[in-house]
Amino acid sequence: MRRVERDVRWRGRAPRGSATHQPAVTTGSLNRMTAVFAAAGLLAALAGCSGSGAPSEGQSADQTGSAPPAGELLVFAAASLSSTFTEIGERFEASHPGSAVEFNFAGSTDLVAQLQQGAPADVFASADASTMDRAASDDLLSGTPTVFATNTMMIAVPPDNPAGIAGFADLARPGVQVVVCAPEVPCGSATQRVEANTGVSLDPVSEESSVTDVLNKAATGEADAGVVYVTDVQGSAGRVMGIEIPADVNTVNSYPIAVLAGSAVPGLAQQFQAMVTGPEGRKVLADAGFGAP
Amino acid sequence: MPRSGSPAQPPRLDLPGWVFAPAAVGMLFVALPLAAMLTRVDWADFLSLITSESSRTALLLSLRTSTVATGLCVVLGVPMALVLARARFRGQDLLRSLVLLPLVLPPVVAGIALLYTFGRRGLLGHSLEVAGLQVAFSTTAVVMAQTFVAMPFLVVSLEGALRTFGRRYESVAATLGASPTTVLRRVTLPLMAPALASGAVLSFARALGEFGATITFAGSLQGTTRTLPLEIYLQRESDPDAAVALSLVLIVVSMLVIGLARRSASRL
Repeated sequence: MRRVERDVRWRGRAPRGSATHQPAVTTGSLNRMTAVFAAAGLLAALAGCSGSGAPSEGQSADQTGSAPPAGELLVFAAASLSSTFTEIGERFEASHPGSAVEFNFAGSTDLVAQLQQGAPADVFASADASTMDRAASDDLLSGTPTVFATNTMMIAVPPDNPAGIAGFADLARPGVQVVVCAPEVPCGSATQRVEANTGVSLDPVSEESSVTDVLNKAATGEADAGVVYVTDVQGSAGRVMGIEIPADVNTVNSYPIAVLAGSAVPGLAQQFQAMVTGPEGRKVLADAGFGAP
Repeated sequence: MPRSGSPAQPPRLDLPGWVFAPAAVGMLFVALPLAAMLTRVDWADFLSLITSESSRTALLLSLRTSTVATGLCVVLGVPMALVLARARFRGQDLLRSLVLLPLVLPPVVAGIALLYTFGRRGLLGHSLEVAGLQVAFSTTAVVMAQTFVAMPFLVVSLEGALRTFGRRYESVAATLGASPTTVLRRVTLPLMAPALASGAVLSFARALGEFGATITFAGSLQGTTRTLPLEIYLQRESDPDAAVALSLVLIVVSMLVIGLARRSASRL
């Protein structure tokens, strides 16, 4: 199991390792040419820092038709899925001998941007519907997305709860330092919906770009409270205490998954998606606090 | 090649030709991403993108905080450089490494370190709160983060300059009866002026681009802590065109600052 976190693997997967660096050197001394090749080699080395370590073409050709489809799968998934998808990936590799699953975990918006720039991936799992819609409208998907999990909001406070927060209304008390996600990111728009549902309008001391930053500010006691996803509290291993937001005023965020149009192994990608949406994936996700679709 | 015999005219030194190839690759490596970004600028909406309220607020906040941070760097960094370059004491090398550490430290680490020092539950946080000072989520926190990461640039420039001058002018002044303060004021500081100018500009540019320590330590709120780099990072989520336009503004401002400083430094 290789778990790779990096921006983009720019080199396509088709003819692996066939680096064709042919700098156009028309004139010049031998010295000059050596230098150019050395420089090109340096660039190639830089590019190769994201080393693929992929199985060679011959290896996958050895597979017979009867065996389950083998190959390398690259899954782009929202950062909030990193622990659950890593576990699902391990299970997938165990039940699909010869397959290898790699992950690129990042913010959903970053992932779509990378896909739009031609990053070669097989499966995309996003943290909200609107990001997936953006991928769909750019014809990046091969099928229709399936919602495989949901997440709701929760208040995170430092374990000793210094401000004595008991419910969402307490967050608006004067002197309470509350941190939320900025409205521009999915967790921030979810927080705004909770504000609208409860009629409590917050005056945050900070609007963070990522839910992890909100969680950390609550965990370190820098803030008295933060509004995060239920799964963040569950995954924090006691660094924060969670305070529930009642279901009737809470908001549900859905996580869609889809096979990408550019996938070189669509069959395998389909099987991975089936595992995520099936009972096995369901169990891993439920253990982490994700709700059923 | 005939060599010039006149001692007044030293022989012209040519660079070996092969140096140019890697130099060109290096320049392309730096210039190409900037050019690529230029191709993505939405020129039709450029003005409205960069003059939106959030953009203007972020730019003004950045300029304000970076200016204050540069001032702090000068006030604290000049004495530090003097002590490191002129004084002799045990542990000086260790101290120098510590002062320069933020140069190589990932800014996020700087932010975490500041949080554990000045945060509400940090080393000094409680004492500060008792004194009625709350650093968390304030513009002060932004200035502190910027000062922390920018100061070494000033100290490095000044210390290098001080070592290059040597002590001969200062010694002469002292033997003529000048007090240490007079020597510092009339000899050392004027000698340092060009290095101080370029060091201050480097610090300003570094403070202007500061992101990691700020987002970790100060948070992000429009008008209070959301500087231009933080605004760019946030806009990228919802409006990539605005992010590109603002990035261009940041680049232009940085280049203006560096260009102006080089000109004024060469006049000093």
